[in-house]
Amino acid sequence: MLDDTATADAPLSRLPWEPGVSKPDPILVVDSMRKAFGGLVAVDVDHLEIQRGLITALIGPNGAGKTTFFNLLTGFDSPDRGKVVFDGESIDNPSPHNLAQRGMVRTFQLTKALTKLSVIENMKLGAKNQKGEHFFSALVSGVWNDQEAEIESKADELLARFKMDHMRDEYSGTLSGGQRKLLEMARSLMAEPHLVMLDEPMAGVNPALTQSLLEHVKGLRDEGITVMFVEHDMDVVRDISDWVVVMAEGRIIAEGPPESIGQNKAVIDAYLGVHHDEALDLDEEEQRLADAQQATDVRAEEDE
Amino acid sequence: MTVTGSGTASRAGIRRRWALIAAFGFVVSAVLILVSGPVAAQESETITTQLRVENDEGERIGVEGIRLVVTTPDEEPVGEGVTDADGVLTLDVPSSGEYLMTIDESTVPAGVFLRDPTRTTVSVNVLPGQPGRALFALSPTPPIDDEGTVIGGSTGFSGRALAQLTTEGIKLGLFLAMAAIGLSLIFGTTGLVNFAHGEMIGWGMLMAYFFNFYGFAGAFGFLSGLPPPFGDGVNLIFAIVLAAIFGGLLGYAMDKIVFAPLRKRGVSLIAQLVVTIGISIFLRYVYLFAFGGVPRFYADYTAQTGVEFFGLITITPKDLVTATLSLLILLGVGAFLTFTRIGKAMRAVSDNRDLAESSGIDVQKVIRFIWIAGGALAALGGAFLGLSEVVSFNSGFRFLLLIFAGTILGGLGTAYGALVGCLVVGIGVQVSTLWIPTELKNVGALAILIVALVIRPQGLLGKRERIG
Amino acid sequence: MIDWGFIFSQSLTQAIDFNAIAFVLAAMGINVHFGYAGLLNFGQIGFVAVGAYGFGLTLTWFGIENVFVAVLVGILFSVIFALLLGIPTLRLRADYLAIVTIAAAEIVRLVARSTPLRPITGGAEGLNQFIGPFRDLNPFSASGTYGFGPWSYRGTQLFVIVVGWILVAFVVWMVWQLMRSPWGRVVKAIREDEDAARALGKNAYWYKLQALVLGGVLGGLGGMVLAVGNASIQPDFFAAPQTFLFWLVLILGGVGRVWSPVVGAVLYWVIITFIRNLGRQLVSAGYVPTSVIDTSQIDQIQFWIVGLSLALLMVFRPQGIFGSREEMALDAR
Repeated sequence: MLDDTATADAPLSRLPWEPGVSKPDPILVVDSMRKAFGGLVAVDVDHLEIQRGLITALIGPNGAGKTTFFNLLTGFDSPDRGKVVFDGESIDNPSPHNLAQRGMVRTFQLTKALTKLSVIENMKLGAKNQKGEHFFSALVSGVWNDQEAEIESKADELLARFKMDHMRDEYSGTLSGGQRKLLEMARSLMAEPHLVMLDEPMAGVNPALTQSLLEHVKGLRDEGITVMFVEHDMDVVRDISDWVVVMAEGRIIAEGPPESIGQNKAVIDAYLGVHHDEALDLDEEEQRLADAQQATDVRAEEDE
Repeated sequence: MTVTGSGTASRAGIRRRWALIAAFGFVVSAVLILVSGPVAAQESETITTQLRVENDEGERIGVEGIRLVVTTPDEEPVGEGVTDADGVLTLDVPSSGEYLMTIDESTVPAGVFLRDPTRTTVSVNVLPGQPGRALFALSPTPPIDDEGTVIGGSTGFSGRALAQLTTEGIKLGLFLAMAAIGLSLIFGTTGLVNFAHGEMIGWGMLMAYFFNFYGFAGAFGFLSGLPPPFGDGVNLIFAIVLAAIFGGLLGYAMDKIVFAPLRKRGVSLIAQLVVTIGISIFLRYVYLFAFGGVPRFYADYTAQTGVEFFGLITITPKDLVTATLSLLILLGVGAFLTFTRIGKAMRAVSDNRDLAESSGIDVQKVIRFIWIAGGALAALGGAFLGLSEVVSFNSGFRFLLLIFAGTILGGLGTAYGALVGCLVVGIGVQVSTLWIPTELKNVGALAILIVALVIRPQGLLGKRERIG
Repeated sequence: MIDWGFIFSQSLTQAIDFNAIAFVLAAMGINVHFGYAGLLNFGQIGFVAVGAYGFGLTLTWFGIENVFVAVLVGILFSVIFALLLGIPTLRLRADYLAIVTIAAAEIVRLVARSTPLRPITGGAEGLNQFIGPFRDLNPFSASGTYGFGPWSYRGTQLFVIVVGWILVAFVVWMVWQLMRSPWGRVVKAIREDEDAARALGKNAYWYKLQALVLGGVLGGLGGMVLAVGNASIQPDFFAAPQTFLFWLVLILGGVGRVWSPVVGAVLYWVIITFIRNLGRQLVSAGYVPTSVIDTSQIDQIQFWIVGLSLALLMVFRPQGIFGSREEMALDAR
């Protein structure tokens, strides 16, 4: 395992630890992306590259704009301006289904298990290019039966790998929070993605399942799938990521391998406040509280 | 229901049961009162006619104030009279036999036309013991000859007509806006689109009518002798105030009996939406049962002469007063939302419910307050609309569609957006009659709604985030 | 005296008559919309109306006296109506579609009955002269009476009933087949969570539009059955509350199951015919004084029951009379 990490890390080991640094083989390139809600700039990213085949973590304090940035990248929100190149192709005006079909699949912070579909149906939904998804071919079973059988056996394999095969025919609404996360991850693999975007994969998961989830994320990388994820928990970030991108107030403020981040001055400032070594006077404290409040408001709005 | 202790729980239970019984009794008595309508006396040897015209909804409503003259076949005058609110005129004649009845064309109001302009006199045969019936066919559209040309009566475009219709549009828009506030705020705070809001408007209309004619109890014949407001009708002004109060009660009852428990049970918004539809249909047909299908007018202030302004527009005093009042009320609501504690709390709940809850606002109490205030304003709007148009069991629904158009145009969930949107819809509806037939004027408003959704789904004043 | 035999035979007759068939089709449309795709269509009667008018106008105003062409035009009208409503609203929250559909249904009715269109649609009187080509296809004797047990129909009625139930059988098969196919899986996924479906590469908007069109066409077919059953098309039948009779039918049978519109419609017509006839007989036999209620008001009370049961069923038994509570309990929304 240790060896794996070392080799996977290798392509980036010589890179400078600075925001917007260019990488040898980026799968995703973002240029001058900006999004404002009212007067508040939620995301303002000059340049960011995500290396292919690695696990990249996106971290930052509350209200840093991580989720908004994630939504912009996956097409769930549209930026005021900005350019995205995915897998060498420039993407104007991306829509989520379009990106997913190109190989970028995301999960959600609040899991979206389709509660009234069984686990296996959830899995089968993930498969791409299904003939039976067209209205008129759906009417003729013969057109899609064979493909359906293939999809089903693939789904069963994945369920076995995620150790969920015993729940195959249950409604996914009966699963626990952690199981839903697993299901969502397994389901996104059905789409044969090149890039998996995980929005807080560990949020709300009971500790017993955390380790298994982490192993699965690492397993994705070992299969050659690029992973990008948003996370709060620094232990998780240190444990599985190869590269860390730090956001604060909508900007990328630092990049580097996980070990480097803890020592980065800008990161410490962002997390703890600029004058963390001096006592705050009353005005400053009020100002900081007001900012935090505003940030939560924006987050709440995003969540809607 | 959370059990905090057997004593409290059962006491709360008893109180709840009493509240339910009281509310049910209130509704039932209101219905019973409405049911027992007036009994008309019948004279023998009479000629009677009812002049009715179809309105936009295809209901045949009576035309008031038309003068009719009865003569013998030799044109000896026998009697004359003017139609009442239901368009009915009954005249006594000395004996059975043949008579002629002539309609005075100069008294036919604007917007109503004789279907056959040449047929202003009809002959009536009165049989012993049976009233003679005279028939005049009226139409809401000018008569058309074989070539499709309008025979007279066309308003057409003119600066004067535009000014007049704009004025009427502003009036309609103000009434709609007032009635819309509750819908908009309930959506803003709970996310629920209340399809029964139309019946809350209709409720105000019917309550105003009811108190105007029967007071609190006059519908029960033996109580009608009591002094107002208990027996006999009260003046329309008081009736409208009472209607607003009862509108607030209906709003309270709807939240207390139906929607607060549903919220507590965690029933999905979609299911709640279907519940509002169920309530809407139930109430609408209770109204039909109680009030009947024939549209009617209030007892007071029905016919008023207009006052001319700037030599351009004519406004009746009642329209001027009600429009001004609604404008003041709208400004008051705006001030209330901006400056008072509960107003601010309402906006806070509407902006971000969780945040409001965590900062110590009693969200359920705020929602209850909005239901009461919204119900009262809807009833008031309904009562005003009944004054300027006609009272009918289903006008509420018709206005609801216009209000939907207005609130979506202005931005669903925003109080100020509703005002702007409703004014646009009101003016649009009225002014459009310059070019399109009156019976299609509401269609125009609904078409605007659909077009607006294509161009700017968040509405004129809405925030983009609200729609997604 | 109360003629129970008459009441029961009436109820059973209505249970499979053309009204019930039209209700099955219209409610099946709402089932596709709401039960499978999660779309709130509060204006299904508008689809019923455009289907009926498309059919009727082809045979009258267009002057094409071919029933099959007329059916195709009726379907085409429903498709266009669905696209018109769906394109602007399906990107928005579910309740926008609800408002727009109920408004659009009223637009259809008001326009169809308007005076300027009288030469085309027949205005408030509607269309009455289109049934000839359909009756010409009737293999049964128009003057003969057919039936067994409590059921008895004239030849013209029987033809509508036979054609109608064949249509219902086809529609039930089609919806069943679609909903077990990958297409149905996508549609159901969108009902559960649109964003999840989009994240997996499904164009939610496009599927919702397809579902809206399909359900709308089913409504349009219901309208055509009504048109041939009544041999006339009356604009005021297509008033907004009618939509909610279809909703009640669907909820009676249980939302989101293939057979529920059939079960619901038959049940609805049995119950409503029973209540209506019993009520009328109670009044006319003098058991209930006319000062309390007269016969015309019994039809109004029908809507009290509809409104109340719609609200109560939606809260307490959304799974319908025969459904299981289990599946509904998963609905965490």
